[in-house]
Amino acid sequence: MTAHDDHDHDEHDQAHSHDHDHGHSHDHDKPWQAVRTEAMETLLSELGVVDSNRVDEIVSFYEEGIGPKSGARVVAKAWTDSAFKARLLANGLEACAELGLGGPETEYLHVVENSPSVHNVIVCTLCSCYPWTILGLPPAWYKSSAYRSRLVREPRRVLSELGLALDDNVKIQVWDSVSEIRYLVLPERPAGTEAMTEEELAAIVTRDSMIGVSRL
Amino acid sequence: MNGIHDMGGLHGFGKVEIEPNEPVFHGRWEGRVYAMTQVLDTKGIYNLDEHRHEIELMDAASYLTDGYYGRWLFAMESILTRKGVISRDEVDQRVADLEESKQARPVETKDRNWPLQDEQRIPWGAWRKDVAVSPKFQVGDRVTVQNHQPAGHTRLTHFVRSKTGTITIVNARAWVLPDTRAHNAGENLQPVYNVTFSATEIWGDAAEPNVEIKVDLSEDYLERAD
Repeated sequence: MTAHDDHDHDEHDQAHSHDHDHGHSHDHDKPWQAVRTEAMETLLSELGVVDSNRVDEIVSFYEEGIGPKSGARVVAKAWTDSAFKARLLANGLEACAELGLGGPETEYLHVVENSPSVHNVIVCTLCSCYPWTILGLPPAWYKSSAYRSRLVREPRRVLSELGLALDDNVKIQVWDSVSEIRYLVLPERPAGTEAMTEEELAAIVTRDSMIGVSRL
Repeated sequence: MNGIHDMGGLHGFGKVEIEPNEPVFHGRWEGRVYAMTQVLDTKGIYNLDEHRHEIELMDAASYLTDGYYGRWLFAMESILTRKGVISRDEVDQRVADLEESKQARPVETKDRNWPLQDEQRIPWGAWRKDVAVSPKFQVGDRVTVQNHQPAGHTRLTHFVRSKTGTITIVNARAWVLPDTRAHNAGENLQPVYNVTFSATEIWGDAAEPNVEIKVDLSEDYLERAD
Protein backbone atom coordinates (compact mmCIF):
# COMPACT_ATOMS: atom_id res chain seq x y z
CA MET A 1 0.00 0.00 0.00
CA THR A 2 2.73 2.41 0.73
CA ALA A 3 6.42 2.92 0.60
CA HIS A 4 8.67 2.07 3.43
CA ASP A 5 12.14 2.62 4.44
CA ASP A 6 14.61 2.28 7.21
CA HIS A 7 15.23 2.85 10.87
CA ASP A 8 18.10 2.18 13.17
CA HIS A 9 17.69 1.16 16.75
CA ASP A 10 20.65 3.25 17.83
CA GLU A 11 19.65 6.06 15.51
CA HIS A 12 16.31 6.10 17.18
CA ASP A 13 17.84 6.88 20.55
CA GLN A 14 19.93 9.54 18.96
CA ALA A 15 16.90 11.06 17.33
CA HIS A 16 15.38 11.54 20.77
CA SER A 17 18.40 13.07 22.38
CA HIS A 18 19.18 16.14 20.33
CA ASP A 19 17.46 19.15 18.94
CA HIS A 20 17.15 19.23 15.23
CA ASP A 21 17.17 22.11 12.83
CA HIS A 22 13.54 21.45 11.90
CA GLY A 23 12.38 22.68 15.28
CA HIS A 24 13.50 24.66 18.26
CA SER A 25 12.24 22.38 20.94
CA HIS A 26 11.81 23.88 24.37
CA ASP A 27 10.30 20.65 25.62
CA HIS A 28 13.21 18.31 25.98
CA ASP A 29 11.00 15.36 26.91
CA LYS A 30 9.57 15.31 23.42
CA PRO A 31 11.63 14.50 20.35
CA TRP A 32 11.37 17.14 17.65
CA GLN A 33 9.71 14.56 15.42
CA ALA A 34 6.80 14.28 17.87
CA VAL A 35 6.16 18.02 17.77
CA ARG A 36 6.45 18.21 14.01
CA THR A 37 4.14 15.20 13.62
CA GLU A 38 1.57 16.89 15.82
CA ALA A 39 1.88 20.05 13.75
CA MET A 40 1.34 18.08 10.55
CA GLU A 41 -1.61 16.14 11.94
CA THR A 42 -3.44 19.22 13.24
CA LEU A 43 -2.86 21.11 9.99
CA LEU A 44 -3.92 18.22 7.79
CA SER A 45 -7.03 17.50 9.81
CA GLU A 46 -8.07 21.16 9.81
CA LEU A 47 -7.72 21.12 6.04
CA GLY A 48 -9.77 17.94 5.78
CA VAL A 49 -6.91 15.98 4.23
CA VAL A 50 -6.51 13.52 7.08
CA ASP A 51 -9.16 12.26 9.49
CA SER A 52 -7.61 11.60 12.90
CA ASN A 53 -10.16 8.90 13.74
CA ARG A 54 -9.01 6.99 10.70
CA VAL A 55 -5.41 7.47 11.86
CA ASP A 56 -6.37 6.01 15.27
CA GLU A 57 -7.91 2.95 13.59
CA ILE A 58 -4.85 2.31 11.46
CA VAL A 59 -2.49 2.62 14.43
CA SER A 60 -4.46 0.06 16.41
CA PHE A 61 -4.69 -2.27 13.45
CA TYR A 62 -0.91 -2.31 13.07
CA GLU A 63 -0.33 -2.54 16.80
CA GLU A 64 -2.86 -5.27 17.50
CA GLY A 65 -4.50 -6.65 14.37
CA ILE A 66 -1.50 -7.84 12.44
CA GLY A 67 1.74 -9.62 13.24
CA PRO A 68 3.95 -12.68 12.89
CA LYS A 69 1.25 -14.98 14.28
CA SER A 70 -0.27 -14.95 10.79
CA GLY A 71 2.94 -16.19 9.23
CA ALA A 72 3.25 -18.84 11.94
CA ARG A 73 -0.19 -20.19 10.98
CA VAL A 74 0.92 -20.42 7.36
CA VAL A 75 4.10 -22.29 8.29
CA ALA A 76 2.32 -24.71 10.63
CA LYS A 77 -0.24 -25.50 7.97
CA ALA A 78 2.48 -26.12 5.39
CA TRP A 79 4.16 -28.53 7.80
CA THR A 80 1.00 -30.55 8.36
CA ASP A 81 -0.69 -30.40 4.95
CA SER A 82 1.51 -31.30 2.00
CA ALA A 83 -1.06 -30.24 -0.61
CA PHE A 84 -1.24 -26.80 1.04
CA LYS A 85 2.53 -26.62 1.11
CA ALA A 86 2.69 -27.34 -2.62
CA ARG A 87 0.17 -24.56 -3.28
CA LEU A 88 2.07 -22.22 -0.96
CA LEU A 89 5.36 -22.75 -2.75
CA ALA A 90 3.64 -22.35 -6.14
CA ASN A 91 1.76 -19.14 -5.27
CA GLY A 92 2.26 -17.81 -1.76
CA LEU A 93 -0.42 -15.17 -1.82
CA GLU A 94 -3.20 -17.44 -3.10
CA ALA A 95 -2.37 -20.05 -0.49
CA CYS A 96 -2.33 -17.42 2.27
CA ALA A 97 -5.72 -16.20 1.07
CA GLU A 98 -7.09 -19.67 1.92
CA LEU A 99 -6.31 -18.77 5.54
CA GLY A 100 -7.96 -15.38 5.17
CA LEU A 101 -4.63 -13.55 4.97
CA GLY A 102 -3.90 -10.79 2.51
CA GLY A 103 -3.88 -7.04 2.12
CA PRO A 104 -1.52 -4.14 1.65
CA GLU A 105 2.19 -4.29 0.87
CA THR A 106 2.15 -7.91 -0.21
CA GLU A 107 1.35 -7.96 -3.90
CA TYR A 108 3.06 -11.19 -4.64
CA LEU A 109 4.62 -13.60 -2.19
CA HIS A 110 7.37 -16.10 -2.80
CA VAL A 111 7.78 -18.64 -0.05
CA VAL A 112 11.30 -20.05 0.04
CA GLU A 113 11.91 -23.35 1.76
CA ASN A 114 14.84 -24.18 4.01
CA SER A 115 16.40 -27.65 3.94
CA PRO A 116 19.35 -29.22 5.72
CA SER A 117 21.59 -28.00 2.87
CA VAL A 118 19.99 -24.64 1.98
CA HIS A 119 19.29 -21.69 4.24
CA ASN A 120 17.27 -18.69 3.05
CA VAL A 121 17.36 -15.21 4.53
CA ILE A 122 15.53 -12.04 3.50
CA VAL A 123 16.64 -8.40 3.39
CA CYS A 124 15.75 -5.21 1.57
CA THR A 125 18.92 -3.22 0.98
CA LEU A 126 17.08 -0.21 -0.49
CA CYS A 127 14.43 0.38 2.18
CA SER A 128 12.58 -2.15 4.31
CA CYS A 129 10.30 -4.19 2.03
CA TYR A 130 8.65 -6.87 4.11
CA PRO A 131 5.45 -8.97 3.91
CA TRP A 132 3.34 -6.80 6.24
CA THR A 133 0.17 -8.84 5.92
CA ILE A 134 1.93 -12.05 6.88
CA LEU A 135 4.47 -10.82 9.47
CA GLY A 136 3.23 -7.38 10.57
CA LEU A 137 5.52 -4.36 10.46
CA PRO A 138 9.23 -5.15 10.36
CA PRO A 139 11.34 -4.94 13.52
CA ALA A 140 13.83 -2.08 13.91
CA TRP A 141 16.83 -4.34 13.30
CA TYR A 142 15.43 -5.41 9.90
CA LYS A 143 15.27 -1.73 8.94
CA SER A 144 18.67 -0.92 10.42
CA SER A 145 21.59 0.30 8.35
CA ALA A 146 23.72 -2.48 9.82
CA TYR A 147 21.43 -5.28 8.62
CA ARG A 148 20.74 -3.72 5.23
CA SER A 149 24.38 -3.04 4.48
CA ARG A 150 25.93 -6.20 5.85
CA LEU A 151 23.57 -9.09 5.14
CA VAL A 152 24.23 -9.21 1.40
CA ARG A 153 28.00 -8.99 1.86
CA GLU A 154 28.68 -11.17 4.89
CA PRO A 155 25.59 -13.22 5.69
CA ARG A 156 27.52 -15.96 7.48
CA ARG A 157 29.08 -13.49 9.82
CA VAL A 158 25.85 -11.59 10.48
CA LEU A 159 23.90 -14.79 11.13
CA SER A 160 26.65 -16.08 13.34
CA GLU A 161 26.61 -12.85 15.39
CA LEU A 162 22.87 -13.36 15.77
CA GLY A 163 23.45 -16.86 17.11
CA LEU A 164 23.03 -18.89 13.93
CA ALA A 165 26.37 -20.41 12.95
CA LEU A 166 25.92 -22.37 9.73
CA ASP A 167 28.42 -24.85 8.40
CA ASP A 168 30.05 -23.86 5.10
CA ASN A 169 28.39 -26.82 3.38
CA VAL A 170 25.00 -25.21 4.01
CA LYS A 171 24.36 -22.89 1.07
CA ILE A 172 23.06 -19.47 2.09
CA GLN A 173 20.62 -17.79 -0.30
CA VAL A 174 20.21 -14.09 0.45
CA TRP A 175 17.05 -12.65 -1.10
CA ASP A 176 17.27 -8.89 -1.60
CA SER A 177 13.62 -7.98 -2.01
CA VAL A 178 13.98 -4.73 -3.91
CA SER A 179 11.02 -5.34 -6.25
CA GLU A 180 7.38 -5.65 -5.25
CA ILE A 181 7.69 -9.38 -4.71
CA ARG A 182 7.77 -10.22 -1.01
CA TYR A 183 9.47 -13.20 0.56
CA LEU A 184 8.76 -15.51 3.47
CA VAL A 185 11.08 -18.25 4.67
CA LEU A 186 9.51 -21.63 5.31
CA PRO A 187 11.67 -23.00 8.13
CA GLU A 188 12.31 -26.70 8.56
CA ARG A 189 9.99 -28.46 10.95
CA PRO A 190 12.03 -29.30 14.06
CA ALA A 191 12.61 -32.91 14.97
CA GLY A 192 10.48 -34.25 17.81
CA THR A 193 7.37 -32.27 16.83
CA GLU A 194 5.60 -35.16 15.09
CA ALA A 195 2.89 -35.42 17.73
CA MET A 196 2.12 -31.70 17.82
CA THR A 197 -1.09 -30.27 16.43
CA GLU A 198 -1.11 -27.50 13.84
CA GLU A 199 -1.99 -25.02 16.57
CA GLU A 200 0.83 -26.17 18.81
CA LEU A 201 3.24 -25.99 15.90
CA ALA A 202 2.17 -22.43 15.09
CA ALA A 203 3.12 -21.46 18.64
CA ILE A 204 6.76 -22.45 18.12
CA VAL A 205 7.26 -20.61 14.81
CA THR A 206 9.09 -17.34 15.41
CA ARG A 207 9.18 -14.19 13.33
CA ASP A 208 12.96 -14.39 13.04
CA SER A 209 12.80 -17.92 11.62
CA MET A 210 10.46 -16.66 8.88
CA ILE A 211 12.89 -13.86 8.00
CA GLY A 212 15.72 -16.38 8.10
CA VAL A 213 17.96 -15.05 10.88
CA SER A 214 17.25 -18.06 13.06
CA ARG A 215 16.34 -21.72 12.69
CA LEU A 216 13.88 -23.63 14.84
CA MET B 1 20.07 7.76 -7.65
CA ASN B 2 23.24 6.80 -5.82
CA GLY B 3 22.00 7.80 -2.39
CA ILE B 4 22.70 6.69 1.15
CA HIS B 5 19.52 4.56 0.99
CA ASP B 6 21.28 2.12 -1.38
CA MET B 7 23.13 0.42 1.46
CA GLY B 8 24.03 -3.05 0.24
CA GLY B 9 27.69 -3.76 0.98
CA LEU B 10 28.54 -0.49 2.79
CA HIS B 11 30.84 -0.59 5.79
CA GLY B 12 30.65 1.32 9.03
CA PHE B 13 27.26 0.55 10.54
CA GLY B 14 28.32 -1.79 13.33
CA LYS B 15 26.47 -4.79 14.65
CA VAL B 16 22.89 -5.80 14.10
CA GLU B 17 21.16 -5.41 17.44
CA ILE B 18 17.92 -7.26 18.05
CA GLU B 19 15.72 -5.51 20.60
CA PRO B 20 13.84 -7.99 22.78
CA ASN B 21 10.08 -7.47 23.06
CA GLU B 22 10.20 -4.58 20.66
CA PRO B 23 7.00 -2.51 20.47
CA VAL B 24 5.47 -1.93 17.04
CA PHE B 25 6.02 1.82 17.46
CA HIS B 26 8.62 3.29 19.83
CA GLY B 27 6.70 6.49 20.44
CA ARG B 28 3.21 7.74 19.73
CA TRP B 29 4.43 9.98 16.92
CA GLU B 30 5.80 7.00 14.99
CA GLY B 31 2.37 5.39 14.77
CA ARG B 32 0.79 8.75 13.82
CA VAL B 33 3.30 9.29 11.00
CA TYR B 34 2.87 5.76 9.74
CA ALA B 35 -0.93 5.87 9.77
CA MET B 36 -1.17 9.41 8.37
CA THR B 37 0.96 8.28 5.47
CA GLN B 38 -1.40 5.37 4.88
CA VAL B 39 -4.31 7.82 4.73
CA LEU B 40 -2.46 10.27 2.47
CA ASP B 41 -1.62 7.45 0.08
CA THR B 42 -5.32 7.20 -0.79
CA LYS B 43 -5.82 10.90 -1.58
CA GLY B 44 -4.65 11.15 -5.19
CA ILE B 45 -1.79 13.51 -4.32
CA TYR B 46 1.09 11.26 -5.37
CA ASN B 47 1.79 7.73 -6.49
CA LEU B 48 3.60 5.02 -4.58
CA ASP B 49 6.95 5.30 -6.35
CA GLU B 50 6.94 9.08 -5.92
CA HIS B 51 6.54 8.58 -2.20
CA ARG B 52 9.38 6.12 -2.01
CA HIS B 53 11.61 8.40 -4.07
CA GLU B 54 10.81 11.31 -1.77
CA ILE B 55 12.56 9.51 1.10
CA GLU B 56 15.62 9.04 -1.09
CA LEU B 57 15.77 12.79 -1.68
CA MET B 58 16.40 13.41 2.01
CA ASP B 59 19.89 14.69 2.69
CA ALA B 60 22.22 11.86 3.59
CA ALA B 61 23.10 13.05 7.09
CA SER B 62 19.44 13.41 8.13
CA TYR B 63 18.64 10.05 6.56
CA LEU B 64 21.01 8.45 9.05
CA THR B 65 19.97 10.40 12.14
CA ASP B 66 16.24 11.15 11.93
CA GLY B 67 15.06 7.59 12.55
CA TYR B 68 12.95 5.38 10.34
CA TYR B 69 9.68 7.20 10.88
CA GLY B 70 11.57 10.49 10.84
CA ARG B 71 12.19 9.69 7.17
CA TRP B 72 8.51 9.09 6.63
CA LEU B 73 7.78 12.40 8.34
CA PHE B 74 10.27 14.11 6.06
CA ALA B 75 8.72 12.49 2.97
CA MET B 76 5.20 13.45 4.02
CA GLU B 77 6.05 17.09 4.57
CA SER B 78 8.27 17.32 1.55
CA ILE B 79 5.84 15.78 -0.93
CA LEU B 80 2.86 17.76 0.39
CA THR B 81 4.91 20.95 0.14
CA ARG B 82 6.03 20.15 -3.37
CA LYS B 83 2.44 19.45 -4.40
CA GLY B 84 1.19 22.72 -2.89
CA VAL B 85 -1.08 21.12 -0.29
CA ILE B 86 0.75 22.76 2.62
CA SER B 87 3.72 25.06 2.94
CA ARG B 88 6.85 24.65 4.96
CA ASP B 89 6.27 28.04 6.58
CA GLU B 90 2.92 27.02 7.98
CA VAL B 91 4.34 23.79 9.40
CA ASP B 92 7.14 25.79 11.03
CA GLN B 93 4.60 28.26 12.38
CA ARG B 94 2.44 25.48 13.77
CA VAL B 95 5.46 23.87 15.40
CA ALA B 96 6.32 27.20 17.05
CA ASP B 97 2.73 27.65 18.25
CA LEU B 98 2.68 24.16 19.73
CA GLU B 99 6.00 24.63 21.46
CA GLU B 100 4.94 27.89 23.00
CA SER B 101 1.51 26.43 23.83
CA LYS B 102 -0.06 29.25 21.88
CA GLN B 103 -3.45 29.14 20.28
CA ALA B 104 -2.63 27.82 16.82
CA ARG B 105 -3.39 30.17 13.97
CA PRO B 106 -6.23 28.76 11.86
CA VAL B 107 -5.25 27.51 8.43
CA GLU B 108 -6.02 29.51 5.31
CA THR B 109 -7.92 27.31 2.93
CA LYS B 110 -7.42 29.42 -0.19
CA ASP B 111 -4.35 29.51 -2.41
CA ARG B 112 -3.52 25.91 -1.94
CA ASN B 113 -3.74 22.84 -4.08
CA TRP B 114 -6.44 21.24 -1.97
CA PRO B 115 -9.06 19.85 -2.39
CA LEU B 116 -7.77 18.38 -5.63
CA GLN B 117 -9.74 18.74 -8.82
CA ASP B 118 -10.54 15.39 -10.43
CA GLU B 119 -8.13 16.01 -13.29
CA GLN B 120 -5.30 16.64 -10.81
CA ARG B 121 -5.66 13.34 -9.06
CA ILE B 122 -2.79 10.88 -9.44
CA PRO B 123 -3.71 7.23 -8.96
CA TRP B 124 -1.69 5.62 -6.18
CA GLY B 125 -1.28 2.76 -8.62
CA ALA B 126 -0.86 -0.96 -8.55
CA TRP B 127 2.45 -2.72 -8.60
CA ARG B 128 1.38 -4.70 -11.60
CA LYS B 129 -1.35 -4.84 -14.22
CA ASP B 130 -3.34 -7.68 -15.71
CA VAL B 131 -2.03 -7.44 -19.23
CA ALA B 132 0.06 -9.95 -21.13
CA VAL B 133 3.81 -9.53 -21.38
CA SER B 134 6.32 -11.64 -23.30
CA PRO B 135 9.42 -12.22 -21.21
CA LYS B 136 12.66 -11.70 -23.08
CA PHE B 137 14.56 -14.12 -20.82
CA GLN B 138 13.91 -17.57 -19.42
CA VAL B 139 15.13 -19.55 -16.45
CA GLY B 140 18.79 -20.47 -16.90
CA ASP B 141 19.66 -17.51 -19.15
CA ARG B 142 22.84 -15.66 -18.26
CA VAL B 143 22.28 -11.92 -17.97
CA THR B 144 24.43 -8.90 -17.25
CA VAL B 145 22.97 -6.01 -15.30
CA GLN B 146 23.17 -2.70 -17.08
CA ASN B 147 25.48 -0.07 -15.69
CA HIS B 148 22.52 2.23 -15.24
CA GLN B 149 23.33 5.29 -13.09
CA PRO B 150 20.22 7.47 -13.03
CA ALA B 151 20.02 10.66 -10.99
CA GLY B 152 16.34 9.86 -10.38
CA HIS B 153 14.59 6.90 -8.82
CA THR B 154 15.58 3.32 -9.50
CA ARG B 155 15.29 -0.02 -7.76
CA LEU B 156 18.46 -1.20 -9.43
CA THR B 157 20.69 -1.58 -6.42
CA HIS B 158 24.23 -0.37 -7.06
CA PHE B 159 26.09 -3.53 -6.09
CA VAL B 160 24.75 -5.62 -8.98
CA ARG B 161 25.45 -3.12 -11.76
CA SER B 162 27.67 -4.62 -14.48
CA LYS B 163 27.52 -8.02 -12.74
CA THR B 164 26.52 -11.25 -14.47
CA GLY B 165 24.11 -13.76 -13.03
CA THR B 166 21.55 -16.38 -13.95
CA ILE B 167 17.80 -15.97 -14.28
CA THR B 168 16.25 -18.16 -11.59
CA ILE B 169 12.63 -17.00 -11.55
CA VAL B 170 10.62 -15.37 -14.33
CA ASN B 171 7.77 -13.29 -12.91
CA ALA B 172 5.95 -13.12 -16.20
CA ARG B 173 3.49 -10.44 -15.17
CA ALA B 174 3.20 -6.82 -16.14
CA TRP B 175 5.05 -5.02 -13.35
CA VAL B 176 5.35 -1.25 -13.33
CA LEU B 177 8.85 0.13 -13.83
CA PRO B 178 9.46 2.31 -10.75
CA ASP B 179 12.14 4.39 -12.49
CA THR B 180 9.60 6.08 -14.73
CA ARG B 181 6.49 6.05 -12.59
CA ALA B 182 8.29 7.81 -9.74
CA HIS B 183 8.61 10.77 -12.10
CA ASN B 184 5.11 10.40 -13.54
CA ALA B 185 6.73 9.39 -16.83
CA GLY B 186 4.80 6.23 -17.58
CA GLU B 187 4.38 2.72 -16.26
CA ASN B 188 6.55 0.77 -18.73
CA LEU B 189 4.99 -2.57 -17.85
CA GLN B 190 7.45 -5.46 -17.96
CA PRO B 191 8.45 -8.76 -16.37
CA VAL B 192 10.57 -8.87 -13.22
CA TYR B 193 13.20 -11.57 -12.87
CA ASN B 194 14.94 -13.05 -9.91
CA VAL B 195 18.60 -13.12 -10.85
CA THR B 196 21.04 -15.23 -8.86
CA PHE B 197 24.62 -14.04 -8.45
CA SER B 198 27.46 -15.89 -6.80
CA ALA B 199 28.91 -14.00 -3.84
CA THR B 200 32.27 -14.07 -5.64
CA GLU B 201 30.83 -12.29 -8.68
CA ILE B 202 29.66 -9.45 -6.46
CA TRP B 203 32.10 -9.26 -3.57
CA GLY B 204 35.27 -10.63 -5.17
CA ASP B 205 37.95 -11.40 -2.62
CA ALA B 206 35.63 -10.55 0.28
CA ALA B 207 33.03 -13.17 -0.69
CA GLU B 208 32.01 -15.75 1.89
CA PRO B 209 31.92 -19.38 0.76
CA ASN B 210 28.78 -21.01 -0.61
CA VAL B 211 26.62 -17.90 -0.72
CA GLU B 212 24.22 -16.74 -3.43
CA ILE B 213 22.67 -13.31 -3.69
CA LYS B 214 19.25 -13.29 -5.31
CA VAL B 215 17.96 -9.94 -6.53
CA ASP B 216 14.68 -9.05 -8.25
CA LEU B 217 15.32 -6.95 -11.35
CA SER B 218 13.08 -5.39 -14.00
CA GLU B 219 13.64 -6.53 -17.57
CA ASP B 220 14.94 -3.09 -18.62
CA TYR B 221 17.83 -3.45 -16.17
CA LEU B 222 19.15 -6.57 -17.89
CA GLU B 223 20.91 -7.57 -21.08
CA ARG B 224 21.83 -10.98 -22.36
CA ALA B 225 25.33 -12.07 -21.43
CA ASP B 226 27.36 -13.49 -24.30
